[in-house]
Amino acid sequence: MDWEYAPAPESAAIGRIKPRYQMFVDGAFRDGRGSDLVTLNPGTGEQLSTVSTASSEDVDEAVAAARAAYDKYWSKISGAERGKYLFRIARGIAERARELAVVETLDNGKPIKESRDVDIPTASAHFFYHAGWADKLEYAGFGPRPRALGVAGQVIPWNFPLLMAAWKIAPALAAGNTVVIKPAETTPLSILVLAEIIADADLPPGVVNILPGAGDVGSALVNHRGVDKVAFTGSTAVGKAIQSSLAGSGKKVTLELGGKAANIVFDDAPIDQAVEGIVNGIFFNQGQVCCAGSRLLVQESVAEEVVAKLKSRLATLRMGDPMDKNTDIGAINSALQLSRVSALADSGDDEGAERWTAPCAVPDRGFYFPPTVFSNVSPAMRIAREEIFGPVLSVLTFRTPDEAVAKANNTPYGLSAGVWTEKGSRILGMAAALRAGVVWANTFNRFDPAASFGGYKESGFGREGGPAGLGAYLTNAEDGN
Amino acid sequence: MSTTNVQDDSQNRPARNRAGQDVTGELTRASAGILPAHLADATVDESSLKRFLAGLPGVDPVGLEQRSAGLATRSIKRASKLQAIDLAISMVDLTTLEGADTPGKVKSLAAKARRPDPDVPETPTVAAVCVYPDMVATAAAALAGTDIGIASVATAFPSGRSSLQIKIADTKLAIDAGATEVDMVIDRGAFLSGNVGKVFDEIATIKGVCGDTRLKVILETGELGTYDNVRKASWLALLAGGDFIKTSTGKISPAATLPVTQLMLTAVRDWFDETGELRAVKPAGGIRNTKDAIRYLVMVHEVAGPQWLDPFLFRFGASSLLNDLLMQRRTQLSGHYSGPNYVTVD
Repeated sequence: MDWEYAPAPESAAIGRIKPRYQMFVDGAFRDGRGSDLVTLNPGTGEQLSTVSTASSEDVDEAVAAARAAYDKYWSKISGAERGKYLFRIARGIAERARELAVVETLDNGKPIKESRDVDIPTASAHFFYHAGWADKLEYAGFGPRPRALGVAGQVIPWNFPLLMAAWKIAPALAAGNTVVIKPAETTPLSILVLAEIIADADLPPGVVNILPGAGDVGSALVNHRGVDKVAFTGSTAVGKAIQSSLAGSGKKVTLELGGKAANIVFDDAPIDQAVEGIVNGIFFNQGQVCCAGSRLLVQESVAEEVVAKLKSRLATLRMGDPMDKNTDIGAINSALQLSRVSALADSGDDEGAERWTAPCAVPDRGFYFPPTVFSNVSPAMRIAREEIFGPVLSVLTFRTPDEAVAKANNTPYGLSAGVWTEKGSRILGMAAALRAGVVWANTFNRFDPAASFGGYKESGFGREGGPAGLGAYLTNAEDGN
Repeated sequence: MSTTNVQDDSQNRPARNRAGQDVTGELTRASAGILPAHLADATVDESSLKRFLAGLPGVDPVGLEQRSAGLATRSIKRASKLQAIDLAISMVDLTTLEGADTPGKVKSLAAKARRPDPDVPETPTVAAVCVYPDMVATAAAALAGTDIGIASVATAFPSGRSSLQIKIADTKLAIDAGATEVDMVIDRGAFLSGNVGKVFDEIATIKGVCGDTRLKVILETGELGTYDNVRKASWLALLAGGDFIKTSTGKISPAATLPVTQLMLTAVRDWFDETGELRAVKPAGGIRNTKDAIRYLVMVHEVAGPQWLDPFLFRFGASSLLNDLLMQRRTQLSGHYSGPNYVTVD
């Protein structure tokens, strides 16, 4: 029987999108000195709102406000008091979850079911988790009297705008630092709603400052002399530039960069769930995930079966309006990103890989790229080596566990990996052998505030989440450096 | 499917390798359909069957439940909802399986099956009524002249704790009284103790007794303990010739769940991919309202495929579900809720 699901769009009005947003500095919303940026709805390609941006003077003022807030207030109050503020923010996010989900989907293009069920609840969970640590830092494993670093300068990407903000702000505040943060140019809105929640929580002025803008604002922020700690999530190229410009500055740095994760399926895997994990690994958030399982390594003896099941599963994915509650695959975040994904996929054709595209109708407006699987991929091809950051999966095969490890580790990146097998000893052996910060066993793309996340090699250094993530914002030195 | 209970090889079966045959001997055969070699080989003898079932890929509970939970978030509105409600009504096996069942109760259930909503006559009829064997004649008389199925539980329902002779007699009692579908239970004790040959033989024998009467094989998943066992029992029932695999008797909690049904839908889908045969699935027990029913239909749609959105291939074993479907159907048509006083008790 033909059974078409009727459109089930979430109401855009719930997002209460304003025509213009301002930056948030020293406890107040105000215009920056930079020129306004226009943010688009990637689902339609239409203008969503305009946002005032910061200039280098605004960066100076924000850093000064953060320093003053640190000196006068935030470093003086007890951990228990800091925890209260964080709990308030966590509850504020939960209370405005539906609004935030709509804002996120309109600004980012991800399906509403993902922003509703993953991004926003997990962002709230990060504040709740770190709120609990604020008065227990001496038990976090960093010595008897860990101290805050001072002012944290943070730059976050566009793939999980609010969640990345939570990953950065929550541990910084819990550890006693104040924050100046720059959201991505294409997704500044949800963090400015978070700014309202922060203001409503009566957080002292200057403890959190939010500066929308492009790369120049980020560069001015991380290089600012008043910043004690830099945390960056984004591309490896920018991460390298930040690291070289900060060399010798004495600033503490954590970088969470790109990835080209291997998702390794052994012949004794739970095949149906492995197929689900492959789908979730590379098509969650349209593949715009730094830890995406973009390289499927499947044992030759089951490769045909796995790929056949994968293709029939992909044929059931629903691509389209990100606001529709039944949409599985939403829009790519920007025209620029869409062209990057398209160009890398074309290189797969040119280098002789075999392209298969899921039979999805591509909407006639907005930025969409259908789920794509390349088979006959060799490790030398660009699609097997470069981070595509889109819904494109490269399928490679292996014969033995050693070959799987060798191929999985044969990348400059090392953020995450997945292992699918029913054999427990093999899971433990693979986890030890894989050079990746996160290894998922019989699952993929699971995030929990209590689990630390971060990379090996060119995927960056430092950890976020869990006690290890707090460590990035703490020091044992008596002078606070 | 052949209509006889044959103990020997059928002429049209592919040649089988007998090298691995062991002391347990040959399994009973009811089905003479041509199976691909690896499936035909699986039923040569009990040790082959055990090896086949042990070789099925494992089931990861976290991933299975995650997919079920994800599908349960589908939002089915407007026309697609009305379509789903009508489909769900047409898939109901309207059931009464109580010690207190009387002819009067069964007649009133049959009347409900014929005309689920007397005020809205174009409401679809249900697929079948499902009763104990001694009530089949009453149900058959009350449903004469309709195409509503008469399903009977059999084989020492619900526990399955009796001899094969009793189970055969129980099945014959139901069929002779007019049952057009038989819902048998597997011997869970035999399954859990590893005696899969006995389970296979019983299913195949009962299928032989049933002939063209469609056989639903109740796995009683609530007693099987693991998803791996549910998958094994599903394949066992399919190999032995069951037309349906059914989750539960309704007497054990948990009864039907979305993850278990997902697993069984995957099994019939895989069976179709390997043999070209369409087998059916019936979750039973615990499905009480329209929202739940629609979640199951979404799962049928996206896990097995649109082909299974058909009362021939999917059923709901339920009693109170029907009234909620009828109330929701009225709501869809009239734009406001009516209430339980406007649908008939059964």
